[in-house]
Amino acid sequence: MADKTPKSSRNGAGDPIDFGGPVCPVPLQDYPNVILGHGGGGKLSAELVEHVFLPAFKNDHLDVLRDSAVIQLTGQRLAMSTDSYVVRPLFFPGGSIGDLAINGTVNDLAMSGAKPLYLSAAFIIEEGFPIAELKRIADAMGAAARHAGVTVITGDTKVVEQGHGDGCYINTAGVGVVPDGIDIAPNNARPGDVVIVSGTLGDHGMAIMSVREGLEFDAKIQSDSAPLADMVAAITEVCPDVHVLRDPTRGGLAASLNEIAASSDCGIVIEETRLPIHPIVQSACEILGFDPLLVANEGKLVCMVPAAFAGAVLNAIQADKHGSNAAIIGHVVAEHPGVVVAKTVIGASRVVVTAIGEQLPRIC
Amino acid sequence: MKHLTEYRDGEKAKRLAGEIQRLVTRPWAIMEVCGGQTHSIIRNGIDQILPDKIEMIHGPGCPVCVTPLDVIDKALAIASRPDVIFCSFGDMLRVPGSEGDLFKVKAAGGDVRVVYSPLDAVKIARENPDREVVFLAIGFETTAPANAMAVKLAHDQCVDNFSALVSHVLVPPAIEAIMNSPGNRVNAFLAAGHVCSVTGFDHYRPLCDRYKVPIVITGFEPLDLLDGIRRCVAQLESGSAAVENAYPRVVSEQGNVAAQTLLDEVFETTDRNWRGIGSIPHSGWRLRDTYRNFDAESKFDVAAICTRESTLCRAGDVLKGAIKPNQCEAFGKQCTPRTPLGATMVSGEGACAAYYNYGRLVPLNAPDTNVAEQA
Ligand code: SF4
Repeated sequence: MADKTPKSSRNGAGDPIDFGGPVCPVPLQDYPNVILGHGGGGKLSAELVEHVFLPAFKNDHLDVLRDSAVIQLTGQRLAMSTDSYVVRPLFFPGGSIGDLAINGTVNDLAMSGAKPLYLSAAFIIEEGFPIAELKRIADAMGAAARHAGVTVITGDTKVVEQGHGDGCYINTAGVGVVPDGIDIAPNNARPGDVVIVSGTLGDHGMAIMSVREGLEFDAKIQSDSAPLADMVAAITEVCPDVHVLRDPTRGGLAASLNEIAASSDCGIVIEETRLPIHPIVQSACEILGFDPLLVANEGKLVCMVPAAFAGAVLNAIQADKHGSNAAIIGHVVAEHPGVVVAKTVIGASRVVVTAIGEQLPRIC
Repeated sequence: MKHLTEYRDGEKAKRLAGEIQRLVTRPWAIMEVCGGQTHSIIRNGIDQILPDKIEMIHGPGCPVCVTPLDVIDKALAIASRPDVIFCSFGDMLRVPGSEGDLFKVKAAGGDVRVVYSPLDAVKIARENPDREVVFLAIGFETTAPANAMAVKLAHDQCVDNFSALVSHVLVPPAIEAIMNSPGNRVNAFLAAGHVCSVTGFDHYRPLCDRYKVPIVITGFEPLDLLDGIRRCVAQLESGSAAVENAYPRVVSEQGNVAAQTLLDEVFETTDRNWRGIGSIPHSGWRLRDTYRNFDAESKFDVAAICTRESTLCRAGDVLKGAIKPNQCEAFGKQCTPRTPLGATMVSGEGACAAYYNYGRLVPLNAPDTNVAEQA
């Protein structure tokens, strides 16, 4: 890669780009930044793929560089999912847009009980974006893919003019195989089910918030970005009858629980004193007037399982390296269908609502 | 966090509620002045564990709710100008003006930015010398010192492209207005701890003596509030009326003297319009003449703004304690957090929002229009 350390020049403050000079066959490393030509589908595009993406994702499927990947199907149920990642800043404590883009799609697949297998990765990059940063992102993706046991087998790159993007956006899509006998869906919650979360809530959202807004808390808050497919496999191993799995990303746990309550036509009761919340995240939320239940997670799941399996599932989650803080937080009820209720610390109750938009920091 | 869990102990809360139960012999109405207290009461369900004889009335102390409509409209007009970077605290962005809110202005291309401190707005002004940077300086005595500091800093450093749209309001005149209002039912006040941490509480004594009304300064945690309520009830039952400090870990009698000096240097008292309530004499602050150059209202020509308030909204009655939010005809029907008619439905501390967001389990047994809104 570029041995010349690129300036952070996404907003046009760095080295001027020489459009007048020859475009090809100039070696890629002469460009510290992405230029429009990198998205043109020509040599520059190919070089970007060869120098940045192929080394990061290295595998036989991708090395063929066909327009689409071909996968042999043998009558299995396939799960497929896609998501776009537009997080700001691109690098944050505990992760980057790269691992988020892998883990997010891996987790979306895992939440239907699937074993994630193959991913695509599409980049929309703003002209002027430093190649070195793109490489960091790609490397983070490669590492995350290997960690999650998936391969990135196809991809795409587009470059947009400066001012028409926000550095780098990533879309990933993925496919996975759903084992026989698994039927996990948000409308499967049943009264009597136990509600379990796999760890502390709100870590990702507050990590992003603290760096994006330059807020300093006593200790650094780390994003929880992590792949959960292994955890899901462990859960389904001990409990073949898992009713619901969900990763509470944007909108936090509150949004996920409300969606599940609405689509299952059940009520959900959670107990505030049982919610695992990191003390630093709790303090940061207090300061800004945020509710940790509404803050995003990127490496947590919530599951609903028949009460008889609660202990076994909790143990299975806690045995996973991303699940040590898992806790049973409540149960599904027949009363108040569609409504999520929290038992408060003083033993009263309140309704848990979904936020209207983004949470806004309060005035005092 | 130990300091927080300490004040959220369920067993202690039950003991305090039990004490209140033992003390109370007749109905009392206690007003929590501050919106932060309202939210804590509803969010934790404190009202659910109090004896029926105690009625909690929500006061006018939500700064977002009482900011007058014309100030919101002026903010929208100024923020729409292409030469302006408009800075505000986050919770002002959804407050409805006559036409839309700051989010709409932002979506239409206005440069509206959320800041966490008014000093950030001065910094933005320094970094953008060719643009006008305007800060929406609202709030009670709590937020005023930082806002005063921002104006003083801009003045001292000659950051001439900074200005503040100032609409500060003060608690004691509001308490006085409530005591003087016809049909007032308030027997005692929980005064807001954060405000008193700046102002101290000496100046509550004349109010307390004149109206023979107990005033207890409290914090925002469940145990703080329950203790404040217990102290109010004890005073009411024994026929006494005094100012009590139930928040000594934060509030001292003289308050923050340095902040008071700064406030006095930058601001002077003025009559102020309160959204939904109307004008209250000497109830606000405006910039003194020395700092008039930093007054956005003088800098931008926004005097001729025409306002149009919803005819359905009864936020004024809610803020004065005359009705509970769910007694407003529009509550949960025409007015929801997604389609707010009044600021009390959007503000993080607004009483209508508190009722809508947390307190709807009770009316769920009745025909309910709100549940679908969540889906
Ligand atoms: S419910 Fe809505 S319309 Fe009624 S008083 Fe509250 S804000 Fe106004």
